[in-house]
Amino acid sequence: MDLMTMILKMGEGLGKTCAIFFLTLLFSLPLGMIVALLRGSKNKIVSSVTRFFISVLRGTPLMLQLIAVTYGPYYLFHLSVSRNKLIPVVIAFAINYAAYFAEIYRSGIDSMPVGQYEAAEVLGYSKAQTFIKIILPQVIRRILPSMTNEIVTLVKDTSMAFTVSYQEMFTIGKQIANSQTSFTPFIVAGVFYYIFNAIVGFVMGRAEKKMSYYDM
Amino acid sequence: MSILSMTNIEKSFGNLQVLKDISFSVEEGEVVSIIGPSGSGKSTLLRCATFLETIDSGVIAYDDNPVTTMVGDKCVYAKNLNDFRRCFGLVFQNFNLFPHYTVLKNMMDAPVSVLGRDKEEVKAECMELLKKMGLEDRADAYPCQLSGGQQQRVSIVRALAMKPQILFFDEPTSALDPELTGEVLKVIKELAEENMTMVIVTHEMQFARAVSDRVIFMDGGLIVEQGDPEKVFGNTENERTKQFLSNYNR
Ligand SMILES: Nc1ncnc2c1ncn2[C@@H]1O[C@H](COP(=O)(O)OP(=O)(O)OP(=O)(O)O)[C@@H](O)[C@H]1O
Ligand SMILES: [Mg+2]
Repeated sequence: MDLMTMILKMGEGLGKTCAIFFLTLLFSLPLGMIVALLRGSKNKIVSSVTRFFISVLRGTPLMLQLIAVTYGPYYLFHLSVSRNKLIPVVIAFAINYAAYFAEIYRSGIDSMPVGQYEAAEVLGYSKAQTFIKIILPQVIRRILPSMTNEIVTLVKDTSMAFTVSYQEMFTIGKQIANSQTSFTPFIVAGVFYYIFNAIVGFVMGRAEKKMSYYDM
Repeated sequence: MSILSMTNIEKSFGNLQVLKDISFSVEEGEVVSIIGPSGSGKSTLLRCATFLETIDSGVIAYDDNPVTTMVGDKCVYAKNLNDFRRCFGLVFQNFNLFPHYTVLKNMMDAPVSVLGRDKEEVKAECMELLKKMGLEDRADAYPCQLSGGQQQRVSIVRALAMKPQILFFDEPTSALDPELTGEVLKVIKELAEENMTMVIVTHEMQFARAVSDRVIFMDGGLIVEQGDPEKVFGNTENERTKQFLSNYNR
């Protein structure tokens, strides 16, 4: 198989790689905020249960979680394995990344000086207004660098979907490598990820710049 | 009718009683300074008056409307605290401006989104206030682009934009370089001349003496003495006050 065919074949899988990437962000970014707020809840039970789930999700391999979500229903309840593997893959990714984003959100929220809350409270802002108008914009600014790190990791982690044979770019590359006994597909995959992350870096850099109109 | 009255206020942090049976009131147009050594409870008193801390017992009232009532030995707060919050403004030692908002937005946002007032009307008022402060050309600047003195003046006008009946200051110049305190004190003095009702916690004794109608000296969570500034600063008979002031007059 010549290089061009290889690139085209793997390129076909890139759409699915992007699907994992964007759908994971779409669900895990807001889900992470909900988890972060539950984690910081005044209710001790809610916060400890949330903390426990976060620690499980961060303390076990994503690969294992992918297998659990994809095949778990079959082994546990004898349900058929879903035909479209994108669904279990995105569920596993979204939950896993929500746990990581939650920790980033929380550290950002905790880093806010209490004076910001007090100034807002005295001015009569409601709790929701204070969070949305005063706290959140500053938190986003603070956590953007850590978010960039996490999103770069997500790009690379999409390759994990090969464990459940979801036909994204890396899975296809691995299949070609096996059938052709060639190392080239891995190099192609590496280049794809590198370019993907260069774009992510560019976009996030622009976002950081856009938000740095003020000093903290 | 008192704008603010605090009666028999008690406040503890754990085992540490910080306010002990504090009672005082502030009349319309009055400027009251609170002085006292570090740790005497001055900030805590202001924070209780502005609901940033909850009191253990006693009665806080604005315009003779009680904010707290004693039910047995429990202190119960009114439900409509936000209505009471409209009565006052608080100027913090370290400004606490919103860094992601411009000067104008810092001032306008609460009147518009908390009080639901008309944006254009609020904007006109805020620009007027900024002009008075000589800060109209900084309306679109961010707080980080201002000097400390300018930031504190902005935080004063942010409070004024809510049209409070009474303004509290907690050491408004303590975070400033000495050469910048003057511009902030001047603003407060001008407000005093316009009969703004104010309670000022300060270590600036000269200023307190010049600007206030009444001085409260606190020590160890108690009001040790209160009265006319000339009397307190000039010829107090209280030994503790004398001792405290002598540290400043050296
Ligand atoms: N949130 C808190 N938790 C526990 N103790 C507190 C708290 N806030 C204040 N204190 C204690 O209460 C006492 C009074 O503090 P406060 O800040 O009211 O004093 P102050 O008169 O404003 O002093 P300063 O002139 O240094 O500002 C101090 O002993 C302080 O350590
Ligand atoms: Mg203090």
